[in-house]
Amino acid sequence: MSRLVTQDLIINVPGRGDGTALNIAIEPGQVWGVLGPNGAGKTTLLHTLAGLNAPRSGQVLLGEQPLETLSRRQVAQMLGVVFQERLDGFPATVLETALIGRHPYLSPWQMEGADDYAQAEAALERLDVAHLRDRLVSTLSGGERQRVAMATVLTQAPSIWLADEPTNHLDLHHQSAVMALMAQQAAQGSTVMMCLHDLNLAARWCDHLLLLYPSGEACWGARDSMLVPSALERLYHQRLAVVEVEGAPVFVPIKE
Amino acid sequence: MLVRLGFPLGLLLLAALASLIIALGIGSAQLSPGQVWQVVLGHLGDIGQDEGNALARTMVLELRLPRALSAFAVGGLLAVAGALMQVLLRNPLADPYVLGLSGGASIGALAAMLGGLGGLAISGSAFGGALVSTLLVFGLVHGSGSWTPSRLLLTGVVVAAGWGAVITLMLALSPAERLPGMLYWLMGDLSYARAPWSPLLLLLATCVIVMPLGRSLNVLARGPQQAAALGVAVRPLEWCIYIVASLLTAAAVTTAGSIGFVGLVVPHMLRLLLGNDQRLILPACALAGGTLLMLADTLARTMIAPEQLPVGVITALLGVPTFLFLLYRSR
Repeated sequence: MSRLVTQDLIINVPGRGDGTALNIAIEPGQVWGVLGPNGAGKTTLLHTLAGLNAPRSGQVLLGEQPLETLSRRQVAQMLGVVFQERLDGFPATVLETALIGRHPYLSPWQMEGADDYAQAEAALERLDVAHLRDRLVSTLSGGERQRVAMATVLTQAPSIWLADEPTNHLDLHHQSAVMALMAQQAAQGSTVMMCLHDLNLAARWCDHLLLLYPSGEACWGARDSMLVPSALERLYHQRLAVVEVEGAPVFVPIKE
Repeated sequence: MLVRLGFPLGLLLLAALASLIIALGIGSAQLSPGQVWQVVLGHLGDIGQDEGNALARTMVLELRLPRALSAFAVGGLLAVAGALMQVLLRNPLADPYVLGLSGGASIGALAAMLGGLGGLAISGSAFGGALVSTLLVFGLVHGSGSWTPSRLLLTGVVVAAGWGAVITLMLALSPAERLPGMLYWLMGDLSYARAPWSPLLLLLATCVIVMPLGRSLNVLARGPQQAAALGVAVRPLEWCIYIVASLLTAAAVTTAGSIGFVGLVVPHMLRLLLGNDQRLILPACALAGGTLLMLADTLARTMIAPEQLPVGVITALLGVPTFLFLLYRSR
């Protein structure tokens, strides 16, 4: 059920040609990274896969079912989104914020029970923010808020993760920890797709990559076939040097 | 969880009952809480037939009780409508007045009054006005695709200013003998509120309908995309909130005219005290808004007795400094 498939999908980026139609099948256990320069449509792609943006054409299948035939609630029980931007609106504590991950599973009259609290607290623990549980989210640092957002989706426990730059604002240790969490979710049978700016994190933690060009063109495949320096240089309009560390390539921009 | 919800609501309910006893006891003839109690019990059990008691009974049951209950209902309706609009716009400054709902409802009601209609026609006309205002604001904002809360708020403010001008025009063109009544009504006045049951029932029904939506509202308060990602059907819920808020505002406006600040101050104060769980805030708003307006109306009819003030003046005089203080302190 956690397979995510696109059929002739063209995302709707206003004022841009159709580019390449996406025919991708993301299987359980895989970790996909989406790479592309600013404005290439990475976030739009992620939101389209989550059913939050309508595609220009084509469709997205969750398992065997077209996304648009499912209710938002059904989708939310399978698919979780880590957003890049978050609104605070009204003040809320860290625990309350993680707890809304249980929303898709509770009936209208139902209150959150002990199980729901346990799940939220375990997620906070896993993301290393349990000590902040009673703090207001608006008083946290950017990196702490990012981890609380991850904890909310972990509480939601989806089988498909769509994460928009999950390592944003995080220090080096927590970047690794978050990527390890994503890899662990995939190892447990989830499907993971994330937008990343850091080529080296992608090279290290993703097994498949999708390169998205500002023109709407795209190519995708297994990591090793995609990490071609010339293709990456064309993607970012930036010359790169490649070195190898612990068996993985590391890309360093060259000073012009 | 039940304790967390039950305790504050229980306290607010007690405060509401205490205020009701005060509202029933104070006035041209003072009654002690014990006497009020006797009158109410006497009514229920039909005892106490001597003359003094009969007079007190008439005064309490036929004058003060309907007025106090109307004040409670109107205050509750306005506070709940304000709380709903604030979630909808994710902005603690939203309120039916700011967004032009009350202006639309007032024009509907004034037009009906000018046309010599009464009762139900005024209510219907006010609801029509509130709904037109709703459709106008949402339509203008939604017309060009996505809407943002700040755009909605600005549109509402401009539409409200437009309604204000139309109200002034209507007053300028009205026959002089109708002016005092209309003006008093525009300032918010409960002197003619004699039928509390329909707004009270509406308030109760709203609380029952809105409670199961509470958690969805909590999620919606975090933004439409986050809400959609967590399984909320955002657009239908937003329309539902807007229509319910229009209905509540129209009911409040037809009962008591234009009363400001209750929808702004009460939810804001409760959020500072109780947090932001809408399942607690909405019923708490119903109780606290009702209590506040009941007390304000008691002040309005006793402060310069035998003359009466419009209650809208009292809520504004209390509301403005309270709100400024809260804003200043919350920084």
